[in-house]
Amino acid sequence: MTTLFDNARLIDPEAGTEDIGALLVRDGLILGTGPDGAALLATEGLDRATVEVVDCRGKCLAPGIVDIGVKVCEPGERHKESYRSAGLAAAAGGVTTMATRPDTMPSIDTPEVLEFVRRRANAAGPVHVLPMAALTKGREGREMTEIGFLMDAGAVAFTDCDHVVRDTKVFSRALTYARSCGALVIAHPQEPGLSAGAAATSGKFASLRGLPAVSPMAERMGLDRDIALIEMTGARYHADQITTARALPALERAKANGLDITAGVSIHHLTLNEFDVADYRTFFKVKPPLRSEDDRQAVIEAVASGLIDVICSMHTPQDEESKRRPFEEAASGAVALETLLPAAMRLYHSGQLSLPQLFRAMSLNPARRLGLSAGRLTAGASADLVLFDPDTPFVLDRYTLHSKSQNTPFDGARMQGKVLATYVAGEAVFRRD
Amino acid sequence: MSFSHRHLLGIEHLAPTDIVTILDLADTYAELNRRPNKHSDALAGLTQINMFFENSTRTQASFELAGKRLGADVMNMSMQTSSVKKGETLIDTAMTLNAMHPDLLVVRHPSSGAVDLLAQKVNCAVLNAGDGKHEHPTQALLDALTIRRAKGRLHRLNVAICGDIAHSRVARSNILLLGKMENRIRLIGPPTLMPSGIGEFGVEVYEDMNEGLKDVDVVMMLRLQKERMDGGFIPSEREYYHRYGLDAEKLAKAAPDAIVMHPGPMNRGVEIDGTIADDINRSVIQDQVEMGVAVRMAAMDLLARNLRERSAA
Repeated sequence: MTTLFDNARLIDPEAGTEDIGALLVRDGLILGTGPDGAALLATEGLDRATVEVVDCRGKCLAPGIVDIGVKVCEPGERHKESYRSAGLAAAAGGVTTMATRPDTMPSIDTPEVLEFVRRRANAAGPVHVLPMAALTKGREGREMTEIGFLMDAGAVAFTDCDHVVRDTKVFSRALTYARSCGALVIAHPQEPGLSAGAAATSGKFASLRGLPAVSPMAERMGLDRDIALIEMTGARYHADQITTARALPALERAKANGLDITAGVSIHHLTLNEFDVADYRTFFKVKPPLRSEDDRQAVIEAVASGLIDVICSMHTPQDEESKRRPFEEAASGAVALETLLPAAMRLYHSGQLSLPQLFRAMSLNPARRLGLSAGRLTAGASADLVLFDPDTPFVLDRYTLHSKSQNTPFDGARMQGKVLATYVAGEAVFRRD
Repeated sequence: MSFSHRHLLGIEHLAPTDIVTILDLADTYAELNRRPNKHSDALAGLTQINMFFENSTRTQASFELAGKRLGADVMNMSMQTSSVKKGETLIDTAMTLNAMHPDLLVVRHPSSGAVDLLAQKVNCAVLNAGDGKHEHPTQALLDALTIRRAKGRLHRLNVAICGDIAHSRVARSNILLLGKMENRIRLIGPPTLMPSGIGEFGVEVYEDMNEGLKDVDVVMMLRLQKERMDGGFIPSEREYYHRYGLDAEKLAKAAPDAIVMHPGPMNRGVEIDGTIADDINRSVIQDQVEMGVAVRMAAMDLLARNLRERSAA
């Protein structure tokens, strides 16, 4: 089957362009793009009558979002989020690939659990699901998991999520072994002693609110340690979230030294700061905690320059009970699959990041890091696409979200940018009426 | 007299005029409390529940006495031995209490922000009797009243707050209140007991007690919690007393008529020399306890007036 997406503003993160044009899809793969739909059909020798035509009416067509670090709460806490609900949320949010986290109950740390997850995911979801596995058994930082078997079973990366492997010997061996398998290791750069018990970033706000706080320096200390270990082991490494200005020079040096290192940042750290917590609003409690405005600006610049490679949702469903508690005791995390794109549009409308820059960080770079052909508009790539209008204004009502949990910090927020349709392998998996 | 707040959750939300309103009314209650007949009917017919999720003798007794003198029906609930131990959440506890139709809820909780959370879920007026490391508004108000009565004013004073600032809700509320009333505030303590971002608080920070106390009008000592004494934040009790304990020698640096305050309970020989605490010419520690009852009466009276106005409207 052949589909022509005509009259679209093509957001091409590889070329860095956003020109009006057309895109042709055949059998789930992108056949090609061109400035004119008719000419594109002619070069392929196709007749407009024999292909399905989607008139994009000048709206933006971009490669679908590849989201590294989505928490789906299966196995263990299906009431918070299932593969079905997460898949619907992803489709509605323009996310066409979810790399899912292993911080479930139990952890995804054996090939058997991973196979269960893959079965559940494939049966339920409209979008691609790529499971990640734990780096150490039970995410306890003591023994490495069966990295080879887990890769054979389909694990795309290895991570203990927000658990830092404290024991450097254990971590260095796991990194060494992972390198021998060619596995990607994703870590949470943080000095665990300094950050223990923290609910906020240290500074005036945390002190006024009387919240246990962590210095932003803890992130740099964690990253510095990890960089030394990558240099030692040669492992492929991705820092899940770099959120502070102080960590950026270390990242820059590591990249300049040729280490195989990339870094991500969550959309919340790009669009919110510590003061948004206001009077102990627990939906704003994330991990690491929201940072100062100076840090936020520095991190946006790092995304613009490409120093930070990836923007992710860090989608973390939490039920009402775990959030309706005093701030210190409340659970961390926020759902974000559906708010990722509209929140990212804030950065576009503020003039800080262009649409190609945003989709380089949300689609192209994460796809590259995971070795996927998706994330681009080039011929031969999987036709995972999102059609959106960056300007449509709306007020977010959290009860309209598809996730089973609705713990979003953007409830009631004025946002701009709506997904109109999402396509996975050329098939529409979401259409806004 | 204008006081339009529904709850008393912290000094942060109060305007200087609110503070003066409370203190003025508290002055009249201080006089009432010295009379043989100490009874008023300001809270007659109202129910006051004291909910303490954290140990407290003094504050709870002060609130209880304040309520009883104003004619309220007062109930004390010690939450440490109750359903909280059985796993009930704070919200459920609040909803349960709410169903009993209290008018005034006095709450102390070990988590910062817990009292704010509770106030969102109940229909009555909530008074924060201390939440975690956040605020303890009635303590700051009683300190303010004590200072105003001893010094004749509550502005343009040099006030030193000394000791464990980082873990102290008393310090936070006092910094906010004294700042709003336009006083110069100095914080004195070891850097390990200073909160982060202290430079942005509009205060002067000193690590040396002798330097920091120079010419101050008011010396506020803070209690050093036992669990912070051993190695974690300071090397030892005796070194702390040597460097930061208030003794005659250090107090001599302050203005000759400087007053000495302490929120209690005191650790004699840790943060304060016993003879200074007992010196009737310098120490106003007993006045603080007395003003505590008066300030709490005033705060509850004002909140009750708003309750009645709202239910009449």
